[in-house]
Amino acid sequence: MSAEATARHDMGAAAGDHAAESGNMLFGVKLGIASEVMLFAALFAAYFVIRADSGSWPPESFGGERPEILLPGINTLLLLSSSVTMQLAVRAVQRGGGRHLLRWLGATIVLGLAFLSIQGYEYANNGFGLRDGTFGSIFYTLTGFHGFHVLAGLAFIAIVTNRARVGLVTPARHTAVEAASYYWHFVDVVWLFLFSTLYVL
Amino acid sequence: MMVRPGLTRAVAGAVLGGAVGAGGLLAAGAIGIKAEPGQILGLGYLFALFGFLLGIGAFRFWLTWATARPIDAEEEHAWHGTAGDWRRYFRFTTDHKVIGVQYLVTAFALFVTAGSAAMLMRFELAQPGLAFDKEVYNTIMSTHGAMMITVALVSIIGGLGNYLVPIMVGARDMAFPKANALSYWMLPLAVLLVAINPLLGGFDSGWTAYPPLSQQANLGQQAYIMAFVTVGFSSILSSINFLTTVFRMRAPGMSLMRMPILVWALTVTATLGLIATSVVAGAFTMLLFDRVLGTSFFRATRGGDVILFQHLFWFYSHPAVYIMAVPGLGAVLEIVPVFARKPLFAYPLAVLAFVMIGVLSFMVWAHHMFVSGMATFFHIPIMLTTELISVPTGVVFLTALGTIWMGRIRFKTPMLWVFGFLWAFLIGGITGVYLADVPTDIVLSDTFFVVAHFHYTIIGATIYGLFAGTYYWFPKITGRMYDERLGKIHFWWFTIAFNLAFLPMFWLGIEGMRRRVADYPPELGPVNLFVSLMAFNIALSVAVFLYNMVRSWQHGPRAEANPWNAQTLEWQTSSPPPIENFEHIPVVTGTPYRYGSPPIPASPGTVAAPAPGHPQP
Repeated sequence: MSAEATARHDMGAAAGDHAAESGNMLFGVKLGIASEVMLFAALFAAYFVIRADSGSWPPESFGGERPEILLPGINTLLLLSSSVTMQLAVRAVQRGGGRHLLRWLGATIVLGLAFLSIQGYEYANNGFGLRDGTFGSIFYTLTGFHGFHVLAGLAFIAIVTNRARVGLVTPARHTAVEAASYYWHFVDVVWLFLFSTLYVL
Repeated sequence: MMVRPGLTRAVAGAVLGGAVGAGGLLAAGAIGIKAEPGQILGLGYLFALFGFLLGIGAFRFWLTWATARPIDAEEEHAWHGTAGDWRRYFRFTTDHKVIGVQYLVTAFALFVTAGSAAMLMRFELAQPGLAFDKEVYNTIMSTHGAMMITVALVSIIGGLGNYLVPIMVGARDMAFPKANALSYWMLPLAVLLVAINPLLGGFDSGWTAYPPLSQQANLGQQAYIMAFVTVGFSSILSSINFLTTVFRMRAPGMSLMRMPILVWALTVTATLGLIATSVVAGAFTMLLFDRVLGTSFFRATRGGDVILFQHLFWFYSHPAVYIMAVPGLGAVLEIVPVFARKPLFAYPLAVLAFVMIGVLSFMVWAHHMFVSGMATFFHIPIMLTTELISVPTGVVFLTALGTIWMGRIRFKTPMLWVFGFLWAFLIGGITGVYLADVPTDIVLSDTFFVVAHFHYTIIGATIYGLFAGTYYWFPKITGRMYDERLGKIHFWWFTIAFNLAFLPMFWLGIEGMRRRVADYPPELGPVNLFVSLMAFNIALSVAVFLYNMVRSWQHGPRAEANPWNAQTLEWQTSSPPPIENFEHIPVVTGTPYRYGSPPIPASPGTVAAPAPGHPQP
């Protein structure tokens, strides 16, 4: 066994050791994301099967066109930039800058909220609903599941921001910031797939 | 002072939550928003589940953390429970040993309930003609299936796995003890929901819940769908916990290839659970949306695809067969060396075989769908992968045989169950070939041949593994010995009755008796009567087991730390182990199967003296 591996075992063995617990947490978050990937894989599988079953897409029975690309396009830019601000927040806490951390976390929250607002506006003005055939089903289920993940991610980031505000997040203890960033990037990547399949391809 | 979090508060929380969720929708009816019964049940259940978990205290830590309040160290310590206090089994307790016992006892309670449902089925099938209403039979059949699947999914990994894995890898607890307790406490309400489904009209679909039937059936069906998703969520959470524990918390010297084979088996199981479960959760969620929100994923009349559900369902549910069987195989392989007094034969191959089972299990799902009308070009590849998976399964089987070969076998109860496993799993494996091959499967599909086959594999692997493991680790978990004589009576009674009940079902299936149907041609009556009588005998033998367990837990003779003279870590600490398992974290210096060089005496209490001049491994 290599020396590095031995060191890792020793860390794992010592109960209450922060480095070990932090490592466990981030490992667990990655596993959780793997499971989430499979959830979206199932939804995307449903999307492609239903689309393949249908002669044209959106189906003729659905009648309408696909939703406009402009608003979701803006949303893509918003979410992509929020991933950048999230990563800047991680870098800020690693370098010890408390004020920068709060600023970048705040920026991420603002971008995420803007994303959700635009999506809400889009929902209200689409002109079709969840019950309108397979297109309505898959459109709202996919974007809804994703939107719910954005909301959960925002709640997580808001909690972390509050903890950072009262000084509970330090350069030595910032596992939650990193965990939130993993999750946030995942949500971002899912959106890229969503955007390209639902609106573009 | 408030009532302490616990069962009382949990029940109150569930009732309150259910009232708020369901009542809210009912109240909305007053202002003109008409809610369907399915939506009321759905929201009511969701709120009740949260109320229950809040009441039991599942979210206390995370709420404290989220609101940036200081965490009371004393309170955190109290969550761990006090050793020897029976009340900790009814609380939100983070000790993995308590959670293991909670899972195990819950699993056996479910086993008895679902077994009783099986007895009712055999009562109906004992004679041609109808004793019950057909819908009643369907509901009993579906409930039996749904509950037994849960037993098979959680009993070994949730019960024995939770108890043993941290000790076996030399850790003080699971990686995420609070999430571990949460995984357990998500189950009671879900199980209750399945148990009361007859009050909601029952359900006809069996555990597979194929649409369109499952879209049209009544609220009992929806209860099952929601319970399934809850159990799935709990299973994902617990998989994350197992994998993190195994990959990051091993004691110094416990390299991957020194891990006990049960830990390897459970690692593969947890990986399958992690990757596959969310797929079926997605499928069941879409099914639920079709029912309560008016989507049309699986509604053929509106462009949906019925076969899509079957693909998504079996993409999980075939790996799930291995989620059920692999822990049983692991338990068997763990027990064999101890009672044959030999190292586990071909340990690295067994590890490889488990990993290969895990990989291949994702490529065989469509063999459940040869008669579904799916694309025919898919038949042959799936048939070949299905036959291929019998290779690693065969390796596991040969590993057990190779260990027994020329061993000094001690015929204790756990070892008897291992022999029972070998026979049952052999029959299950051989008959599986006929269901893997497309031509024979098309003839045998949906007959009792299938029923007999999967009961031979799942009872053979999971239930035999569970009984073997429960007897084997009983002294460790309870600190007392079970009654050997009753254990042997249980084994022989169960095994004879089980074989006499299920072997004739192969013949019944070939004769064309349909599964999931309450009636059958009258000429099959005599054999069915015999099968039913044998099935009742299975139930009686389980009563012997329950009596033995309850009685021995109270009054059995005290067990030593290592009554079997085994070498895995859990036997190197006291019986039952102390809180946090070890006084000092052990340092591992070799594999756990060093039997035979030098010979380790089989009688307990003696220490192996190193043979002069013989190098220690």
